[in-house]
Amino acid sequence: MKILVGVKRVVDAYIKVRIKADHSAIDVDKLKMVVNPFCEIAIEEALRLKESGIASEVIAVSVGPASCQEQLRTAMALGADRAIHLTTDEIVQPLAIAKLFNALIDKEKPGLVIFGKQSIDGDNNQTGQMLAALSGLPQGTFASELVFEGDEVIVTREVDTGLQKIALKLPALITADLRLNEPRYVSLPNLMKAKRKPIETIAVDDLGIDITPRLSTVTMLNPPERSAGEKVNSIAELIEKLQTEGAI
Amino acid sequence: MSILVIAEHNNEELQAATANALSAAKLLAEKTGFKVSLLIAGYQCAGVAAAASAIAGVDKVLLADCPALENQLAENSAPYIAALVKQKSFSYVMAPATTTAKNVLPRTAALLDVAQISDVIDIVDGDNFVRPIYAGSALETLKSSDAIKIMTIRASAFDAIELTGGEALVENLPAATDMGLSRFISESVIASDRPELSNARIVISGGRGMQSGDNFTLLEVIADKLGAAIGASRAAVDAGYVSNDMQVGQTGKIIAPDLYIAVGISGAIQHLAGMKDSKIIVAINKDEDAAIFNVADFGLVADLFEALPELESQL
Repeated sequence: MKILVGVKRVVDAYIKVRIKADHSAIDVDKLKMVVNPFCEIAIEEALRLKESGIASEVIAVSVGPASCQEQLRTAMALGADRAIHLTTDEIVQPLAIAKLFNALIDKEKPGLVIFGKQSIDGDNNQTGQMLAALSGLPQGTFASELVFEGDEVIVTREVDTGLQKIALKLPALITADLRLNEPRYVSLPNLMKAKRKPIETIAVDDLGIDITPRLSTVTMLNPPERSAGEKVNSIAELIEKLQTEGAI
Repeated sequence: MSILVIAEHNNEELQAATANALSAAKLLAEKTGFKVSLLIAGYQCAGVAAAASAIAGVDKVLLADCPALENQLAENSAPYIAALVKQKSFSYVMAPATTTAKNVLPRTAALLDVAQISDVIDIVDGDNFVRPIYAGSALETLKSSDAIKIMTIRASAFDAIELTGGEALVENLPAATDMGLSRFISESVIASDRPELSNARIVISGGRGMQSGDNFTLLEVIADKLGAAIGASRAAVDAGYVSNDMQVGQTGKIIAPDLYIAVGISGAIQHLAGMKDSKIIVAINKDEDAAIFNVADFGLVADLFEALPELESQL
């Protein structure tokens, strides 16, 4: 079984981003870029499935400009067998990305597709579900455990009220939540080895898929700032303040 | 041309977040002049529809009551909702940003070939919507060019409406088809007498500083005295102290209680994204430089293992 894994290049989550002066976008120039943390979990799960003999090949896929190859190299250094880079310099929104991946599903026929549940930049939490819709695959979103049984995968999902278990017919699409696994680190020898692994590039323009954004940014503003209040010196003082505020 | 709101319910009663989504729908209805329909999709949920029909501002309740929709499996729900939207020519679809809607709605949007706008916090007009990005570091106003606009509503950004005062008709919809792609097995609902984290008036949360899951009992005794819900930072969930449904933050629950007490939480951006709209924030942390103090109304620099028992005894 082949596994297709989505890999998104994002700003390091520990960096506090700034809005451009003209309020048109976030200024990502010169910021440290990494693999989206939830995509790292998706990659790790695919690798573990390969190591346990359930999967035969792990293919990392990214959509975007040439710089995305840096994150595809990371995915291969972690252990992905090969990578596919769908190249475009245009803005690609979740629906467009889902359409592009769907074209790859037709070509690669994976038994499993794994995405992160959301990216820490757009915070959309959409692309996996949209791809599942377009490809007709069942979806196991916000997954914290996968168990393969016959022609099904049993997915434990993180839901608002606790945990939900569902069974999906394979092939299926999974989106990774935080507790699915703990991703490994890249080792130096594997980083060197990854340089010899192949990245296939496909120009998005050649796929004949309309990726025009449906949503356009009108403006971006800073959220209202919350300022630091006061320090209290004791629990008694804290309780008194909260009582004065009517909070307790 | 009208607005469809998808109710969050458990086949027995409406979940609180529905009242927040309806609040957003009401605002959109005022800006567009459109009417609001509320969809109850589930199984043996006629009682929910009856309760929904009493909500002021709901013009019509649509009841889809059939086994295939019992557990809101996306494979069955999404095509059903997409067909309904087309058939009844809805121009807006809204649902509270719960894990149910986050699962089903993007699948529905893709089937309709439209974008989804996630976690809407304000409605400017019929085409322009505001949502946070980068863990709330920026608020983006988006203009949608789609004929059908699909969005999830961040419950904490809209005051819940009263679920009374109305008299809507209930229209029974045809049954959905089981697509045979997925099957519900079980759900382990964590039973608790405490209020639900998503809409509690007071929340007390623990972070990595709690050092273990067992130490959360220090928070529990206080929560019980205050009638509070218990939350946790991602670090505490990552460390395995508590379960993920307690996580407050960018990738967990986003809440805005009247009082939020952060204990042993450093205040990473992704945690602040989940609670910084709380009315009053209290931070207890032994590190006086912790970022959480930058957003706290009241900060106490103290060892939580001394402060918590003291707080409990003085309440």
